[in-house]
Amino acid sequence: MKFRTRAIHVGNEPDPQTGAVVPPIYLATTFIQPGVGEWGEFDYSRSGSPTRKNVETTIADLESGTNALLFASGMAATHCVTMLFQKGDHIIANRDLYGGSYRLLHKICDRSGIEVTLVDVNQPEELKAALRPQTKLLWIETIGNPLMSIPNIRQCVAFAREHNLLLGVDNTFASPALCRPLELGADIVMHSATKYLGGHSDCLVGALVTADPELHKRLYFVQNACGSACGPLEAYLLGRGMKTLEIRMREQCRTAMQIAEHLSQHPKVTRVLYPGLKTHPGHELAREQLNGMFGTMMSFEVNGDLAATKMVCKSTELFGLAVSLGAVESLIAHPATMSHASYAPEARAAAGISDRLIRLSVGLEDPEDLIHDLNQALSKI
Amino acid sequence: MSAITRATGDNSANHHSADRTKLQQDGIGFSTLSVHAGEARQKNADSITDPICCTSTYTFTNTQSIIDFIEQKQPREEYGRYGNPNEKVVEAKLAALDNAEEAIVYSSGMAAIVGLLMAKLSAGDEIVFFDECYHRSREFCYKHLARFGVVTRTVKTGDMQAMEAAINDRTKLLVSESPTNPHLTCVDLEQFVAIGKAHEVETLIDATLATPYNVRPIDYGVDYVWHSATKYLGGHNDLLAGVIAGSKEKLDSVRHLRGILGGINSPHNLYLLERGLKTFELRMQRHNANGQAIAEFLEQHPRVEKVYYPGLKSHPSHEVAKQFMKGFGGLITFNVKDADWRETANIIDACKIPRIGPSLGGVESLIEQPMVMSYFNYKPEDRQKFGIYDNMIRLACGIENTEDLIADLAQALES
Repeated sequence: MKFRTRAIHVGNEPDPQTGAVVPPIYLATTFIQPGVGEWGEFDYSRSGSPTRKNVETTIADLESGTNALLFASGMAATHCVTMLFQKGDHIIANRDLYGGSYRLLHKICDRSGIEVTLVDVNQPEELKAALRPQTKLLWIETIGNPLMSIPNIRQCVAFAREHNLLLGVDNTFASPALCRPLELGADIVMHSATKYLGGHSDCLVGALVTADPELHKRLYFVQNACGSACGPLEAYLLGRGMKTLEIRMREQCRTAMQIAEHLSQHPKVTRVLYPGLKTHPGHELAREQLNGMFGTMMSFEVNGDLAATKMVCKSTELFGLAVSLGAVESLIAHPATMSHASYAPEARAAAGISDRLIRLSVGLEDPEDLIHDLNQALSKI
Repeated sequence: MSAITRATGDNSANHHSADRTKLQQDGIGFSTLSVHAGEARQKNADSITDPICCTSTYTFTNTQSIIDFIEQKQPREEYGRYGNPNEKVVEAKLAALDNAEEAIVYSSGMAAIVGLLMAKLSAGDEIVFFDECYHRSREFCYKHLARFGVVTRTVKTGDMQAMEAAINDRTKLLVSESPTNPHLTCVDLEQFVAIGKAHEVETLIDATLATPYNVRPIDYGVDYVWHSATKYLGGHNDLLAGVIAGSKEKLDSVRHLRGILGGINSPHNLYLLERGLKTFELRMQRHNANGQAIAEFLEQHPRVEKVYYPGLKSHPSHEVAKQFMKGFGGLITFNVKDADWRETANIIDACKIPRIGPSLGGVESLIEQPMVMSYFNYKPEDRQKFGIYDNMIRLACGIENTEDLIADLAQALES
């Protein structure tokens, strides 16, 4: 079956008791067991619940994996991955990295003696130089944040296999509608499912997907021990959101392309970073890896100083000024002071995140309305 | 203030502001309306989405604030049966989508039509219905409105002369579905409205199957538009809701009666409805595309005798549908060639993707046999009269991939 059909039906078996076409939301925290020392499928909802299981089944299928785990947030999911390691272990991550992941790796993992090196993974020399005998994980984002860099996933797979590393891919910016890293040989796919998968800015959920049941067991052990699973209401809203994932992505990507083309012609804009533009350094790789789409995220620099940049951000009427992304509502953000504020200033500069950089998450509104809104905001400077 | 700011509400954080306006229709795109219309630009706690407001009653700061409310100086909520904040947002969004001044949401589609009829009709009044209509609407009018002395007259669907002839000086309302269920007959809305206006009788269209994406009857002068919002508007088969849209003047008495009868929806449901509406245009595009492609597939299939779908040239309403509708929806009815009711049922049972169940308009495809699902206890001659045949199947296309649905139907028809 095709992607959209599976998004609607896999994991959504009608309730056998009532025939309800939508499975019920199970709020129970505990489950009655068949007998002393005998365990049913579910015992305590930290360890598993029917609603979570249904949605995990859907995500695992859409990502071409065998298993999935849902977490209270994307960061809880990423943290679970890092909990596979121990003192002395080493992680290599791509430099164009979400601020929250940067903070986790540099300010939390370091406390347990896990070390981190950031590199440009598309530079084999840099990758090789960063490698140590203790390196255990290579961590990349399908589309980097906020510069929209595109890592060569196949090269990363080859490198990870050669050196016996796990390859973890944060697939949040692409979603399985655009890219399924497990099919390319990645070991773990991570999602902030809060974004495209949920799609409506109303549930905070993270996910890990694997294609290796043994690795899943190790991650599940951490999740169950640390207690970071998401609640049933969030899981339900996520499952509901995924039913329209593909059509939302197609439409939003198409709108994003129009906006990127428009901005790249705009006199007040000096640079547009969108993988769909031929001028973007990752354009060719994006064409190969993203199923003919280029995502809904873009960054651009305005011809002005920090004050002018802030003026644009606060002058939009349809784009809401907020962090997060991937939902039906369009958002505008200033990475230097918002999503990447937790970078050290020099690291931010090294990553190419200037004060003039503005990030857009393109929603489901009519493209003409969004372009009109950006024009009027840019006219303020 | 620009059109968008005006449309998406005020910029103050006051959630009770009366300035939570419906989006004006001045060239704003349909999906923009679906996402933003009716919502305050800045919400409580600066949340991007509306909070679910689970409260049965609303508190006043002091006695003067009650008096201000009674004297209508300060619009606000009072008690849960009269309205709630989640409802306000959804009603404004639905009104914007239907290009109506006002919309009233109910706990189900039937609660909505009953609420309207009970508010507008008195003993001795009459209404005229087209005969193809939802069987529960018909049942309510003939069995229950009749008990209150309201007379219902039924004429053949689309027969405008018969409808006009059925009007007398006691007639208060003309009622039609467009398209009808399950025959998908479409009504010429201009003629329908012209008859109402000529005789000073109000008009009501059940546009559940069309949705405001495909047609907005208010634009043609229809007085009331009725939807079961359970269907395409909610879109996920997970809530019940109904809505009546129209002018504020005409709906004031309807809203007042709802406050007494209590058929209001719940905040949880209303939130799901608001959320469902955000992808409304996208879903409708898929429903329309699936409906058209599958109707065309079925029409050329050797085991299919007849397909009822307004997007097909063979449908008697095709020209009318083309004139009034942007697309033709996801509902298809078809008759199986040389099949009795059991052989027809076997095809339904062989389907792997569509679930067997009543309802329509959700992302999951649903399939059913009207003779079994809705008319099982009717006498055969009554079923004939309503055009419900033993070999008839109703398919509500969801938004799954078209190829998957066609492949599944092909294997079921060949089984």
